[in-house]
Amino acid sequence: MSDRLLEGKAQGGQLKLAGAGAWTAQNARELEALIDGEAARAGKLSHVDIDMRGVERLDTFGAWLLERLARSFTARGCETNVTGLKQDYRALIDELHAVKLKQASPQATGQGPGYALDSIGQSVVSVGHTLTSFLNMLGALTIAILRMVARPRSFRFTSLVHQLDNVGWRAVPIILLITFLIGCIIAQQGIFHFRKFGADIYVVDMVGILVLRELGVLIVSIMVAGRSGSAYTAELGSMKMREEIDALRTMGFDPIEVLVLPRIMALIIGVPILTFLGSMAALYGGGLVCWLYGGIDPDVFLQRLKEAITLDHFKVGMIKAPFMALIVGVVACVEGLAVKGSAESLGLQTTASVVESIFLVIVLDGFFAIFFASIGM
Amino acid sequence: MAGRNGKEVVIEVRDVVVGFGQHLVLDHVDLDVYRGEILGFVGGSGAGKSVLMRTIIGLLPKRQGTIKVFGVELMTAADADRRAIERRWGVLFQQGALFSSLTVRENLQFPVREYLKLSQRLLDELVVAKLEMVGLDPSVCDKFPAELSGGMTKRVALARALALDPEIVFLDEPTSGLDPIGAGEFDELIATLQRTLGLTVFMVTHDLDSLHTVCDRIAVLADGKVIAAGAMDTMLASQHPWLKAYFHGKRSRADQIAKSRV
Repeated sequence: MSDRLLEGKAQGGQLKLAGAGAWTAQNARELEALIDGEAARAGKLSHVDIDMRGVERLDTFGAWLLERLARSFTARGCETNVTGLKQDYRALIDELHAVKLKQASPQATGQGPGYALDSIGQSVVSVGHTLTSFLNMLGALTIAILRMVARPRSFRFTSLVHQLDNVGWRAVPIILLITFLIGCIIAQQGIFHFRKFGADIYVVDMVGILVLRELGVLIVSIMVAGRSGSAYTAELGSMKMREEIDALRTMGFDPIEVLVLPRIMALIIGVPILTFLGSMAALYGGGLVCWLYGGIDPDVFLQRLKEAITLDHFKVGMIKAPFMALIVGVVACVEGLAVKGSAESLGLQTTASVVESIFLVIVLDGFFAIFFASIGM
Repeated sequence: MAGRNGKEVVIEVRDVVVGFGQHLVLDHVDLDVYRGEILGFVGGSGAGKSVLMRTIIGLLPKRQGTIKVFGVELMTAADADRRAIERRWGVLFQQGALFSSLTVRENLQFPVREYLKLSQRLLDELVVAKLEMVGLDPSVCDKFPAELSGGMTKRVALARALALDPEIVFLDEPTSGLDPIGAGEFDELIATLQRTLGLTVFMVTHDLDSLHTVCDRIAVLADGKVIAAGAMDTMLASQHPWLKAYFHGKRSRADQIAKSRV
């Protein structure tokens, strides 16, 4: 094999080029540099001969580079001859000779302040779209519920039980564990700081009220958004990608009724139960820490708890739970149905689903706080 | 490595057993693929055609037997050797298997970028050239796979399979889901590319027209074994009941062709 893939000799207006070795993908980088060097050769040329006798192997990469070389000389107005090509490669060269380099339109690349404004505008618009589709889903859901009330037999009870098993029953251990730990931590922090001004016993008030009103339902909703909301989005999204949802539609089923309603119903039933269990676990954890770390006997803890909390606190937490479930469920299903063809879009929508539902859960909690404060609960 | 008729064997499958649980899909299969031929691989649905293809390219483990590609047993080869062999083949999957988050251009450049350090200009020109070779307009460059029609997806997938100028291409049902005209064009395309690039083509197919028009040789898989391999005439002359049903069935034009030849 020659050490030079391409050798050139210029004589007056004539250029003789000799190729050698393997013009293949492996050598394409080196060859491209040589070819561009020859093509940029200064001086007036009228006639170019490219002798390919020395080329042992040629693939698309090499053939294209040869074609590029020939074209660049032709474009300069030289007469270009390619000689000595092996017969086997003739067809490949002809194929590439026919390629028209109609350069595909350059990709629109974002730059400058215009682009920044544009992307801000687009994200505002997309927030609007999300809100609209959220309301659309609520509307479709209401219609599906009304239809279900009219014809209770059409409700997919099996699907509901299956979903309830997934989002409710199977979530119990992790929810219990996490709320228990949160209860422990709040109690420990409370004791640590309250002790400085001798108010240890008020830890019980704090744990009781905080857990029953806010933390129980918040922690459970956030857990459910991460655990079940993301699963809903991914399930519905991949069903959308594989045209399963279109198939349902063509068979005359309403995807909202078949897929979305049982899922959201499962959440609306499951989340309050989980909230109740979670609150109890948190109180238990708080009590345990009060006893072991703060020296407050369980009897005293329970006595104090009875005085500190009213049924209202418990009701506030439990009333919020189904609404949180509704938010998580609707967001998850909206995002799932918004998935397009690509795997990337599935990932994006699942992320959006979890982020949006956690955000909305916290916003809704804020509204509830204002509402309950104004009605004196 | 020369085969019976002096041609070089590029894929040599010997005594291969592949199974899932209790069920043996491939039961001591032997098969040779010669350099420069288009081999049509047929068999009933679920007979294990794709399984053999996936076993050859190393996606499924085999229980027994040897598979040599370019004379190298892939299971026992060193990593570097195996990767070198893998670069010499391209695979067209049944559903195209284009990367859905990359554009057509990026899909075609992905394998090239990974193995070769080429200038962006050359990469872009080669994409246009490859797309034109598979009969697509370069304007599809910036589209995403989800925006392509079925036929375009197959063509782009074929272009990607050819991105590194492989010596063997594996095609898994390349014409399924295409209309007869599209399928005919695709067959034509495969034959042209085979001629121009000197490819060896291993084609799993159900398309009788493809078998007639482009395949040099046909291998038939039934009951976990290759029951016949040879040219179309051999298939038509065979008395095996499955072959008779396949090539002389109601949907086959083989009968008419056979009669017209007499």
